[in-house]
Amino acid sequence: MKDLDYVKIGLKAGLEIHQQLNTTSKLFCSSPTELKDTKDATYEFYRYLRPSKSELGEIDRAAMEEGIGTRRFTYKAYASTGLVENDDEPPMEINLEALKIALQIALLLQMQPFEQIHTMRKLVIDGSNTSGFQRTALLAVDGQVSLRGGSVRIDTLSVEEEAAQIVDKDVYSLDRLGIPLVEIGSAPDLKTPKMVKELALTIGTILRACRVKRGLGTIRQDINISIVGGARVEIKGVQALDLIEDIVRFEVSRQLNLLKIRDELRSRGAHVEGPIEVTSIFTRTESKILKKKRVWGVLLLGFADLVGKEIQPGRRLGSEFADRAKKRGVAGIFHTDELPRYGISNKEKEALLQLLEAKKGDAAVIIADESAEMSVEAISAVIERANKAIDGVPEETRRALDDGCSEYLRPLPGAARMYPETDVTPIALPIEIIERVKRHLPEKLEDKTQRYKLDFLLNDELAHQIARSENNQLFEEVMNLWCEKDSGITKDEKKDAATLVVRTLEGVIAELKREDVPVDRLKREHILGVFRLVRDKTISKEGVPKVLRLLAEYDTKTADEAAIELGFIMLSESELNTIVEEIVQSQLDLIKAKGVGAIGPLMGVVMKQVRGKADGKLVNEVLRAKVLSVL
Amino acid sequence: MSKIEDIQHGDHVKVVKDGEEFFGVLMPNATTDVIIKLKSGYNVGFAPEGLHVTLVKKRGPVTAVRPSRSIRPELPRLSIISTGGTIASKIDYRTGAVTSQFDAEDIIDAIPSLAEIANIEGVMLYNILSENMQPKLWSELALCVYNQVRAGAYGVLVTHGTDTLGYSAAALSFMLQVPVPVMLVGSQRSADRPSSDNVVNATCAAVAATSDLAGVFTVMHEDASDDTCLVHLGTRTKKLHTSRRDAFRSVNADPVARVKFQERSLQFLSDQIGRGGCELSVHPKIEPKCALIKFFPGANHDIMNFYLTQGYKGLVIEGTGLGHVMSEWVPHVKEITEVIPVVMTSQCVYGAVCDRVYDTGRDLLKAGIIEGGDMLSETALVKLMWVLGQTSDREEIRKLMRTNIAGEITVDESRTWETFEELP
Repeated sequence: MKDLDYVKIGLKAGLEIHQQLNTTSKLFCSSPTELKDTKDATYEFYRYLRPSKSELGEIDRAAMEEGIGTRRFTYKAYASTGLVENDDEPPMEINLEALKIALQIALLLQMQPFEQIHTMRKLVIDGSNTSGFQRTALLAVDGQVSLRGGSVRIDTLSVEEEAAQIVDKDVYSLDRLGIPLVEIGSAPDLKTPKMVKELALTIGTILRACRVKRGLGTIRQDINISIVGGARVEIKGVQALDLIEDIVRFEVSRQLNLLKIRDELRSRGAHVEGPIEVTSIFTRTESKILKKKRVWGVLLLGFADLVGKEIQPGRRLGSEFADRAKKRGVAGIFHTDELPRYGISNKEKEALLQLLEAKKGDAAVIIADESAEMSVEAISAVIERANKAIDGVPEETRRALDDGCSEYLRPLPGAARMYPETDVTPIALPIEIIERVKRHLPEKLEDKTQRYKLDFLLNDELAHQIARSENNQLFEEVMNLWCEKDSGITKDEKKDAATLVVRTLEGVIAELKREDVPVDRLKREHILGVFRLVRDKTISKEGVPKVLRLLAEYDTKTADEAAIELGFIMLSESELNTIVEEIVQSQLDLIKAKGVGAIGPLMGVVMKQVRGKADGKLVNEVLRAKVLSVL
Repeated sequence: MSKIEDIQHGDHVKVVKDGEEFFGVLMPNATTDVIIKLKSGYNVGFAPEGLHVTLVKKRGPVTAVRPSRSIRPELPRLSIISTGGTIASKIDYRTGAVTSQFDAEDIIDAIPSLAEIANIEGVMLYNILSENMQPKLWSELALCVYNQVRAGAYGVLVTHGTDTLGYSAAALSFMLQVPVPVMLVGSQRSADRPSSDNVVNATCAAVAATSDLAGVFTVMHEDASDDTCLVHLGTRTKKLHTSRRDAFRSVNADPVARVKFQERSLQFLSDQIGRGGCELSVHPKIEPKCALIKFFPGANHDIMNFYLTQGYKGLVIEGTGLGHVMSEWVPHVKEITEVIPVVMTSQCVYGAVCDRVYDTGRDLLKAGIIEGGDMLSETALVKLMWVLGQTSDREEIRKLMRTNIAGEITVDESRTWETFEELP
C-alpha cells in the first residue's frame, strides 16, 4: 500500500501501553504472579455481574452494553488462588514493590508523580474481573519521550490490576488476575504510523530496563486513532510490535472509506427503515442458516453497493453491521449486496426487496435466529450502525485482529466507569521515597550496552542483545567470575569468555529447549558452576552444552559432578601431547603427501578424540607444532 | 488555599500545586486534603500546603429520575423492610468508607428482578450498619413485620447488615409467630460493585418469601458461586466467615431449603411448618440487660459480679467443651444463680452442652446453671433477653430456656419431667 500523506489527512494517534510488572505478589493480595496451566485448576465457581452506578450516579455506556443479557461466568481457580481474587475478601493495601517499579518507570519517562495515591475501581463487566472492576491508581502525569519525528507527551501513568485470562467464551482463569501492571498513556501527538511504532519501541526499551515481566502477553498496546472529519477510535489488544503500523494504516483507510460512504449516502439521500419480519419469504429456502427460523429484515434506502464496499482488507461496511449484530448474540447477517449466495436464491432476494418495497439503489439486511427477541435486538443494532454510516465514523472501542484489521468491541468508555475503591485507603507518596527511587534509577539500555562493549569487549551486536535480555543480571554475575580472579586474565580471555557467556545464555539454552531438554530446571547455581569450570579450564567451551543438558535432565547434580560424569575433565598439556603424537605418527604418509595442508584433516581426527576435554585453540597449536616437527 | 469555603463539592475547579495545574470536579472527603475528579474519572488528592483552588464553574442542579412501577395483579405482595447494611450501601463521603445510604426504593431499583417475583412495598425502618443494632430495635422491627403481615403481606423481606444478622433473626424468631415467611437477607459484598451478592441473595430471599414456608429465616449464598442460596432457620444461623459470600451456615441443624437463583425455584431440605400453620402474634417485650461472657483459661470470675452489681438480669456463659468453667468459678456461679439466671453454652459452636459427664459440669449443675443444650451462644443470649421480657418467675424462666420455642434447641421431651403429661 502506498503511504498516504498523513499530515494532510490529519492523523492524530496516541499510544497506551500495558506492561506487567515482575513482582513477587499481586497488586492487592499475596498470591504469586506466575501463570498456571488451566489443566491444573483445582476448583471453579460461577458468577453474574451487572453494571453499577458511578459515585455521580451515572452508568457507563460501555459497561451498560456489556451488561445487556445475563452472562454466567465461570472462574478457574488454583491452589495458589486467594479470596481476594475470588472477590470473597477485601483487598490488601497496595503492593509497594509494584509502586516502586512504577515510580521508576514514571521517572524514566520524566513524569511528575502525585503526592497521594487514590485507588479507583474502573468498571469492567465483561467477566474478566471477578469484582466487576479493575483497581487502578493514577501515579504520575506530564512526562515526555523524544522521538526522531519530534517530542511526544506522556500524559498518564497508572498502576493497575491485570485482568483474568479468557479461556473460553465466558470462562476465565484467575492466575493472571491481579498481577500488577503499568498503563502508560501518550498524548495524541503521533502523526504517522511509523511514529506510533517508534514510540512503542522506545517505551518498550525503557520498560525492559526495569523489573517487568517478559514474554508473550506481558505487554499490550492500545492505539487511539482519529483523522480530520473522522472520530476517535480506540483499538485494543495489539500484541505484536510489527502489527502496529498496519493497524494505524488500516484504521486510517477505514475512516477515509467510511467518510466516502457517508458522502455518497448523503448525496443519495439515504435513509434507514424499521425492522420487518420477512420469515414468509424463506419458508422453503435452501439456506441452512435461514431454514425453520424467524427472519427479520431492514430496508436501507440508498445503500445499494455500499454495504458490500470494502473499507479494510477483507472487511466491508457489512462487516461493521455484522460486528454489532454478533454482540447481540446472533451468528451473523446477510445483506443484499452479497446475494444471491449462501443458499439464498436470487428469487428470494428479489422477493425480499419487493416485500420491503425497495427501489433501485436500496439494500436490505436480514438476520435469522431461533430467538425472535435476539433477532430483533440484533437488527436494531444494525439499524443503529447503518444510521451512523450516514453520520460518518462512529466513536468506538475496537479489537485488533491478527491481520492488522479490527472489529467492533464496545462504545468508548467514559469517566462514569470510575468509582473510588473504598476498601483501599489513599496513601501518601512521600517526597523522600521519590528521591530515593530517583537516586537508584536503572541504567539506561544505551549506557548498559556501551558499558558491556567497554568492560567485556563484546561486539556491538552481542552487547546490544545481552543488554536487552532478561538474562542480563545473570550475565553480569557470571562475568564477575572472571573479574574476581582478575590477576592472570588477559583482555582476550575476558572477551572470549563474555562472548561464550552471551552465546550460551541467549543461544545454546534456547537450542537445548528446542531439543526438549527441560532447561527451565537450570538454576542460577548451575550456570555459575558451569562457567566456573570453564574459567578454571576444567572443561572447554565445547563441553558447556553437554554439561548444561545433563544438569537440566538431572537437576539434583552440581556442575562439578556433571563434568566428572561426562569425563569432561580437561586433559593436561602433556596428555594432549601424547594423544597428538600418536595420531601424527600413525598419519605420517598423509603429512608427507600434503605437508602443512594435513593439519586441517588431522585436526578433525584429534578433536574427535579430545572434544570437550581440550581447548580447540590449544589442540591446533600442539598439532601444528607436531606436524611441523615431522616435516 | 484560596477561599475553598465558597466552593462546593461538585463544582468544577482549578487546582495549582508546585506550578502544575489540574482541572476537575471537587469531591467531598473527610480530611483537609483536596480531592478532585479528573476528566478521565480518576480521583487525585493534594495536601493543603501550598495549594491553590479556584472556581471554574458552579455545579449544575442534581435531578434524580425514578422510573414508575406498575402493579401486576397476578403477583403476590411482598414487603421489604430496609434496615441498612452492605446490601444497601455505597460510599459515604464523611469517612470515605462504605456506609448505608439506600432506602427500600433504592433496593428495588438496584434489584429489578424483585419486581418479576412480587409487587414490592418498601418500608425504610432504619439506615444503620448491623453492628449498630440494639435489642430495642429488634422489638420495633418485630412490630414492623407484624404490621406488614397484618396488612396482608404475603411474605416479608428484611434487608439487614450481615454482622448481627443472626442475632436479629433469632430475636424475630422468638418475638413473632407468623403464618408467612419472613426472610432476613444481607450481602457480603457492597451493593456498589458489579459483583455484589445482593441481587442473588435478595432474589432468592424473595423466592423464599413467596414460598410455602412460615416463620423467620435467613437467606444467603450457599457457596462461592451465584447459583444457589440456602435458607436457614433464624435461630440456627451463624456468620462463620468474615468476608466470604457463603459465610452463613446452619449450626446444629440442617438448612431449611435451597433456592436456585436462575430457576427461581425452592427445594426443601428439612421439615418445616407450612404457610398458614399458625396464628399471627407478636411478643416484642425484651430485657436488654443480659450479657454473654466468654470463659477462657485463667479468666477472672469477677466479671460475673460486675454484671450483677450493674443490675444485669441474666447471663450466658460461653464455656469450654461440653460447657465448663474452671473449678474456682463454681462457688461464685452459685452465688450469681441465686440472684439471676445463668445459662451455659459452648464455645465449640457445634454440638450440645452436657454438664453430666465431668465433675466440673455436675458441680455447675448443682450451682444452678441452666444448660443451653445445642443452642448457639448468641441465640441463647437473645432468648434469655426475650424470656426475661415475658416472665420474672425463676422456674418459668428455667423451663422456657429448656423448651424449644422457635427451633433453637433440640429437646427430647421423653427425657424431662418438665413436659410431663398424664398417661392415658
